[in-house]
Amino acid sequence: MTHKSLLTADARTKKRNAAEARFKSYGLGAIVVAMLALALLLTSVVSTGSSAFKQTSATISIPLTEAKLDKSGTRDLAVMKKVTTIGYTSLLRDGIITAVEELGLETTLSAKDIGKMLSKEAAATVRNRVLANPEIVGTSVEFKLLTNGRIDGYFKGRVTMESAALDGNTSPEELQLAQQLADAGVFATTFNWAFLTAPDASDQRPEAAGLGVAILGSLYMMIVVLVLALPIGVAASIYLEEFAPKNRWTDVIEVNISNLAAVPSIVYGILGLAIFINFMEFNQSSPMVGGLVLTLMTLPTIIISTRAALKSVPPSIRDAALGVGASKMQSVFHHVLPLAAPGILTGTIIGLAQALGETAPLLLIGMVAFVREYPAAYSAGAGLFGEASTALPVQVFNWTQRADPGFVERASGAIITLLIFLLIMNAIAIFLRRKFERRW
Amino acid sequence: MKDTQMTNAKISAKGVQVHYADTHAITDVSVEIADKTVTAFIGPSGCGKSTFLRCINRMNDTIDSCRVTGDIRIDGEDIYDVKVDPVQLRAKVGMVFQKPNPFPKSIYDNVAYGPKIHGLARNKAELDEIVEKSLRKAALWNEAKDRLLSPGTGLSGGQQQRLCIARAIATAPEILLMDEPCSALDPIATAQVEELIDELQKSFSVVIVTHSMQQAARVSQKTAFFHLGNLVEYGDTDKIFTNPEDPRTESYISGRIG
Repeated sequence: MTHKSLLTADARTKKRNAAEARFKSYGLGAIVVAMLALALLLTSVVSTGSSAFKQTSATISIPLTEAKLDKSGTRDLAVMKKVTTIGYTSLLRDGIITAVEELGLETTLSAKDIGKMLSKEAAATVRNRVLANPEIVGTSVEFKLLTNGRIDGYFKGRVTMESAALDGNTSPEELQLAQQLADAGVFATTFNWAFLTAPDASDQRPEAAGLGVAILGSLYMMIVVLVLALPIGVAASIYLEEFAPKNRWTDVIEVNISNLAAVPSIVYGILGLAIFINFMEFNQSSPMVGGLVLTLMTLPTIIISTRAALKSVPPSIRDAALGVGASKMQSVFHHVLPLAAPGILTGTIIGLAQALGETAPLLLIGMVAFVREYPAAYSAGAGLFGEASTALPVQVFNWTQRADPGFVERASGAIITLLIFLLIMNAIAIFLRRKFERRW
Repeated sequence: MKDTQMTNAKISAKGVQVHYADTHAITDVSVEIADKTVTAFIGPSGCGKSTFLRCINRMNDTIDSCRVTGDIRIDGEDIYDVKVDPVQLRAKVGMVFQKPNPFPKSIYDNVAYGPKIHGLARNKAELDEIVEKSLRKAALWNEAKDRLLSPGTGLSGGQQQRLCIARAIATAPEILLMDEPCSALDPIATAQVEELIDELQKSFSVVIVTHSMQQAARVSQKTAFFHLGNLVEYGDTDKIFTNPEDPRTESYISGRIG
């Protein structure tokens, strides 16, 4: 053996070091690719969706002429209801034309085109307000009304003079007038609370569409999932992990639970359709059915994570409890479960987050329906969570299928909302884990 | 009942066999352990001494593949009788484990847990008294009295082991089983625990498994030597260490096997 210097690396060492350096760069490369993909996703969603959280509206005074709205003059609601939104449209047109004339703005637009600058939803807004307070008929009342989707798009940069020239639904003159009205303070773009509170709107009025029903529907479903999946999942895990004899049957159950976690979610949708809607005759599109389907889907996740949490409690704690004469159940409930709680909670919240973002099974049970009315948590006819509703991810799916470009922005806005909810849930999971984590 | 009249043993085992699935862990062990003495089980690793110890409070029940046959009696009662609830048995036979394993709760709650689940205290004052008495017996009271509500896991290793002893004696057991209680402790903590064992012997029958022959010689009056699942020799500690009958015991004690 010849003597080798420590100051020079031999060939073998050089080769090993090079391999290690290569491996590190592959890893770094993988992370860079992942971060870029994430950044790309977020920029694309945020850049198209953030404008959904702003909305252009017009503050104008509308003359509520008695001759048109209440011919009888008795303020009888039954009679006043006979005037449809079409009857209100001309009043709105008068209102905006008056505003234009008072400001002394010059325009070549026809009265009809000026009236069209307001959203089709605006007439319904005014009508609802009048029917709620009939005494305002006969006066002029100031309203904050939605502008139509193209005008709204212009203030958000989605619609330009060039695109308007090619668009049958608007014109450069309209946009010029809108700009003048905005300069005069009649049109203003403000934060869009209605996006989070309003129900969905029809194809022609993207500016009025909101996520209210979808958020409420998702909330109801999460309540159903939490109330059912957490106790069932935790009870099943405790039994399997702590009490069940280890034999072939429990092995079969274990393998099947793992397999269920990998079943495509749409299969649960078909199951829900067959069992909950066709056989048990729950209302379709209802959060109850959605919640039940998502419960089935979430159970394996919760069971697997709960069992992992129970397994990670050191056996010495069980020995200690049994050693002082605690029964099996006392040792589980007094000692093992509290120590496993952070893991169980984290698993549950991650399961819930997964359920919140799930779309496919909900399509099959009819939650993709167009819903204008807020569902009640309980109603005598439909029972608990039985009224038709929709859910956040399904609303995204629904909006991306609509023709009006205004809905692209809405869908991206809905995705942002969904992502924020998921972030909040994950933050809660991390917080709970940190707070209750104990060392032993 | 005949057996009890014949001897005054606290624990008497006859023909005990233990199987783990296919392994025969203990072969035909018979031993009689007297009250208010310290009995040490010694032997090389895997000789079955811990397994036998765990038979005495039926901790082996928690292992699915474990089968115990033979006859173990405490005060003449067969502890493997179908009518015996292991929970009651374990209140009577306390256990201290190899690694200190306090619950991740306060010192007070650690000690109070056993009395609470067995309903030994009728009110808070009685419970306080049991906790104080147990901690005093475990020689931990002076160190712990000012921080009863701080977590038991925050104590040092030796203190934790004494806390586990306090927890075991809080349920007023008659027998205390110790499974290598000092193997995770430094020499000073070991000395404290050994001193404690001497003290405990006045009230309990103590059975201690140990790897250290010096420890067995220091603390016990009786010693049992296990080898390959057999009880090779059982007798007075002095005799085992100075004048063993079996050649295997002699080899082990002189360091030639194990």
